[in-house]
Amino acid sequence: MVSQIVSAIGVMVVGVFICALYYWISDKVLNTIFPVPVGNVTLASRNLNRRAVVRPWLFLGPALLLLGIYLVYPVVATFILSFYDRAGVEYVGFANYRWAFLDSGFRQSIFNNILWLAVVPAACTFFGLVIAVLTDRIWWGNIAKSIVFMPMAISFVGASVIWKFIYEYRGGNDTQIGLLNAIVTWFGGDPQVWISIPFWNNFFLMIILIWIQTGFAMVILSAALRGIPEETIEAAVIDGANGWQIFWKIMVPQIWGTIAVVWTTITILVLKVFDIVLTMTNGQWDTMVLANLMFDWMFRGGGDSGRSAVIALIIMAAVTPIMIWNIRQANQDAGGH
Amino acid sequence: MASLTTRLKRVGLPRLVVHLSVLFIVILWLIPTLGILVTSVRDKGQITTSGWWTAFGSSSQTSAGRLGDPGTAKQEGSNYVIRGSVFENGQSGTVKAFGTRVQEPAAFPVGKPADLGEGETLTVQEDGAYVYSKNAPFEGSRGKRIYLTVTTPPTFTLDNYRTVLFSEGIGQAFINSLTVTIPATIIPILIAAFAAYALSWMHFPGRALIIALVVGLIVVPLQMSLIPLLRLYNEVGNFLGTSSKTYAGIWLAHTAFGMPLAIYLLRNYIAGLPKEIIESARVDGASDFEIFLKIVLPLSFPALASFSIFQFLWVWNDLLVAIVFLGTGRDQLVLTGSLNALLGSRGGNWEILTASAFVTIVVPLAVFFGLQRYLVRGLLAGSVKGG
Repeated sequence: MVSQIVSAIGVMVVGVFICALYYWISDKVLNTIFPVPVGNVTLASRNLNRRAVVRPWLFLGPALLLLGIYLVYPVVATFILSFYDRAGVEYVGFANYRWAFLDSGFRQSIFNNILWLAVVPAACTFFGLVIAVLTDRIWWGNIAKSIVFMPMAISFVGASVIWKFIYEYRGGNDTQIGLLNAIVTWFGGDPQVWISIPFWNNFFLMIILIWIQTGFAMVILSAALRGIPEETIEAAVIDGANGWQIFWKIMVPQIWGTIAVVWTTITILVLKVFDIVLTMTNGQWDTMVLANLMFDWMFRGGGDSGRSAVIALIIMAAVTPIMIWNIRQANQDAGGH
Repeated sequence: MASLTTRLKRVGLPRLVVHLSVLFIVILWLIPTLGILVTSVRDKGQITTSGWWTAFGSSSQTSAGRLGDPGTAKQEGSNYVIRGSVFENGQSGTVKAFGTRVQEPAAFPVGKPADLGEGETLTVQEDGAYVYSKNAPFEGSRGKRIYLTVTTPPTFTLDNYRTVLFSEGIGQAFINSLTVTIPATIIPILIAAFAAYALSWMHFPGRALIIALVVGLIVVPLQMSLIPLLRLYNEVGNFLGTSSKTYAGIWLAHTAFGMPLAIYLLRNYIAGLPKEIIESARVDGASDFEIFLKIVLPLSFPALASFSIFQFLWVWNDLLVAIVFLGTGRDQLVLTGSLNALLGSRGGNWEILTASAFVTIVVPLAVFFGLQRYLVRGLLAGSVKGG
């Protein structure tokens, strides 16, 4: 075990070193190819210009290479693969798309995804906003925020174990050790196997993501609320508005932009949700979502890259509007130097 | 009482409602994690017989025992007596009641002689000592079966952690996770910082296009990359004659997947550095390489810290990339992967699952509480500016 730690640290140091070495050497090489002699002013200034032309690409090189291989190329390749058979060899036209359209498992996943998209971003934003407003008004608000924010640090797998324990069911006359069933039996109800009740089990899985993501929404919205000019609220108070009116008519409209950002960020996360479904149900009991269906087809029966690619493209299509919106926003405030 | 009412008046009822609702929310948010933390230090036997919320009180359970066999009986006056303890080796607790039939484990109270009929009496003390006597010799060759209601005081133990760390492979997985996470956190920072500098302070054609590309790539789902990359990795593995599942492979994958957000966050920060500092360094004849290394990098520390926390949490908590790009052998299984595997193989063994889960989340939680400031700052830079 000690040897693995040592070798891991060694490899790490070497890796970072090689990486740093690239920038250092490439800079040295550039300076050697285009020297700036002291006497010759014209050559010096020409070479300085040449350096300025090449250097950005040396700085950007590794990043662009990685982005190209790991993100840009795969997007194109996945698109092409969606027209090929399971092994990615034979062209099959739209057969994979036709399959997706007719497959009941696919439709189930789309339905569940829509359910997730309808519930989770809304719930997170709503709870996040409520908690942000409440905690801003009390002295121990920051401690409360820390605790609500904490699940953000927990992995989806870890969170799944945490919640699986809450949903735990024990048959017969055994004492219920899952909190939810203990509460239900305490009130005189019958214990349930929560995660295997079709349709409703989706909500039990969603609770996990809501538990994790509300903190994110809260932090962002809380910052936005603090940015609201005090005068607008004071003016409303003078005009006799009550707390409810101030919240809905003064505060919410001013942070509308931030609410949209929070909503879209969580939407993207929901589209990619994979770990929770994998660890809680692995898609059983009608809980399959697109990301898991895609993963399933990637390996099922040796893997079907065509069908898997189609599912990935559907997820991609869903995030594309958000992507375009983000790019337009970024272009607007990209002033640079 | 009076002071409470006056204080209540001063605080105001609405204010009290706010305090109580926040308290309620905080408890609601804390309970799930508390549940596994408490369970992970409980005794294996107690976990299955009582809920974790009862862990701090005594738990009561039914167990079976056997009295000494008739051969050990001694004659005392006119009676034959067997003495001993109902607890077999290792057992402990307090006997609350006992019985001779499984349906009635609490038929008789402790400390008083119980008349079992046929001239037999049995007295069991709280500490388990018993006196079993009969007015005639005992018959048969085996000791009598009795059933006990035993309460055991709460016991907390680190045994579960010992088990998962050393025999369930979680210790090894912890090291594997570190092996994946540390390089996959440090390497992208360096690469992204250089790129971010170029995108904010150097002029070259196509800059706006690259920025747009980076922003666009932030939201590209990982699922789009998996199939082509899996094929690519297999081909490279075949070509080099090695396995396609290597640590180097996953470092590169995580580095690349974290790159768009890293460049975006760092560019936002680096582009916002005061123009005068960089211009004056240029006038002094410093090259871009020197400016970056000596001025920009030190000044960007807050942004670098924010991103490294993100990347650390993301890589440490990732499951998808790990199961696609790493093998399932012990030498490559990371914490999230092991936990997922344990959920399958040790479904009901909550002492294993909760301890493993806690080992998995303890590092990110420490990072979270230690460096929350930077995390919040990064989140705000990443999303508010984006919108």
